[in-house]
Amino acid sequence: MFEEFLNNKNSWLNGLGPLSGIIFSSRIRLARNFNDYHFPGHVSGSRKEAILKNVEETYPAIKSLKGCAFVRMENLDDIDRRFLLERHLVSQEHIVSVKGKGLIVSGDERIAVMINEEDHLRMQVIASGFDVSVCWEMVNDIDDEFSRLFNIAFMPDFGYLTSCPTNTGTGLRASCMMHLPALVLTKRMNKILEFLSKISFTTRGLFGEGTQALGDFFQISNQVSLGLSEKEIVDNLTAVVNQVKDQELEARSVLMEKYQTSIEDNAWRALGILRNCRLISSKEALAHLSMLSLGMDLGIIKNINRGVLNSLFIVIQPAHMQKIEKLLLKEEERDRARAEILREKLKE
Amino acid sequence: MLCDICRKNSATVHLTEIVNDKVVEMHICQSCAKARTEVFQEQFNISDFLGGLLDISDSQKKEEDAVCPLCGLTFANFKKKGRFGCAGCYEAFRKQLLPLLKRIHSADHHVGKTPGKPLMRADGEEKAKELRDRLERAIRLEDYEEAARLRDQLGGLEQRKSQG
Repeated sequence: MFEEFLNNKNSWLNGLGPLSGIIFSSRIRLARNFNDYHFPGHVSGSRKEAILKNVEETYPAIKSLKGCAFVRMENLDDIDRRFLLERHLVSQEHIVSVKGKGLIVSGDERIAVMINEEDHLRMQVIASGFDVSVCWEMVNDIDDEFSRLFNIAFMPDFGYLTSCPTNTGTGLRASCMMHLPALVLTKRMNKILEFLSKISFTTRGLFGEGTQALGDFFQISNQVSLGLSEKEIVDNLTAVVNQVKDQELEARSVLMEKYQTSIEDNAWRALGILRNCRLISSKEALAHLSMLSLGMDLGIIKNINRGVLNSLFIVIQPAHMQKIEKLLLKEEERDRARAEILREKLKE
Repeated sequence: MLCDICRKNSATVHLTEIVNDKVVEMHICQSCAKARTEVFQEQFNISDFLGGLLDISDSQKKEEDAVCPLCGLTFANFKKKGRFGCAGCYEAFRKQLLPLLKRIHSADHHVGKTPGKPLMRADGEEKAKELRDRLERAIRLEDYEEAARLRDQLGGLEQRKSQG
């Protein structure tokens, strides 16, 4: 399954949106529950199955989900589940205890609705580059259609009722995946992280909750979901991300002013390694891809396609390697296959 | 660079933590990092954290015994898991929930969209009706403190309305 995703030309992973060198992608997710069922964490597997079935039968009536595929997580093998995780279509939580869990996903992978994760519905829209308000408009339409078909758990004073009180209210989490190598190199990132946490924004790594900031990627999102309107949350995130982007640009110009030769050296070395390696771990590859991306943005390295580069950040992940090779691979075999793909995609 | 913890292996993991608003940087090796994450995961989970937030406000012991009539979750159990059992829990635990939401979100009232009525703020007529309902309920339950608070809110809302 999902082989077609690997050749997806329209995917948000292809990184052609606005400012996609610094802002890799934008995303909004809404948490919703049905009034008629207990929350997924409080029901048995068979009850979850009934909820899943209900959604499976009803979602074809939703216009904005036309042409989407419906997937039972239970029917996927481990590699396929991890593959979806690496492509940011499901969460870590969604690939464990899979009974009764489902996913509705669009062919271009912009829309993904998890069923029976922590809440009955977790609908997300992802866009390439910096485009949070487009995500909001799309997910808002999907939400409106769902609420016409289902009795959604809502109280006027508390808003949308979610399994965890940290999502109560709008149930909305807006985020941008930012690539901030210059802030890391100039050691300014810590100040930014401190500032973000003071103004109630959360920072996570490349793969969401509990993951490290690999390859200088930081996912910035709102912490507060109650007491602000959806538009206010989206506008606040947009403003904050703009600020961080300006800081990154400023740090980049400092780097070029003071350490031009050393940055050039690092960028060319990164490309050299990626074009010549025979064995490479995903961690090492991420570090060099990050440096290469910075080199491209600074005009040091030309003739590499931004879309190809941005998709490599995801394609070199372990489950992707196995999907591409159509085999279960041991770690060393993965490192070999990864090196091969990098050489092929980045060849002169 | 040697690992800050074992001083044997070379440091390949660079950890940044924020403790009391101060940034602490650590450079450690793969195996110490693994051990550290495990310790951290053991120390911290969201439900303990939420439970802890509640402890501060929860002085009345009987609130612990509150049960959601729809799904049977007790408030003590919510504190343990940090997750509600169903939509009904919000009404059943309203009193304990208000200070918790305030702590998490610095707010306890929704102002975003409403199902079926996109992008409308839940205020005006609808909010007044909801406040009146809650006021009646509070009086019925002889919760005069809550009733006084609701009366003031309702007064404020009506005053704003008459001022246009």
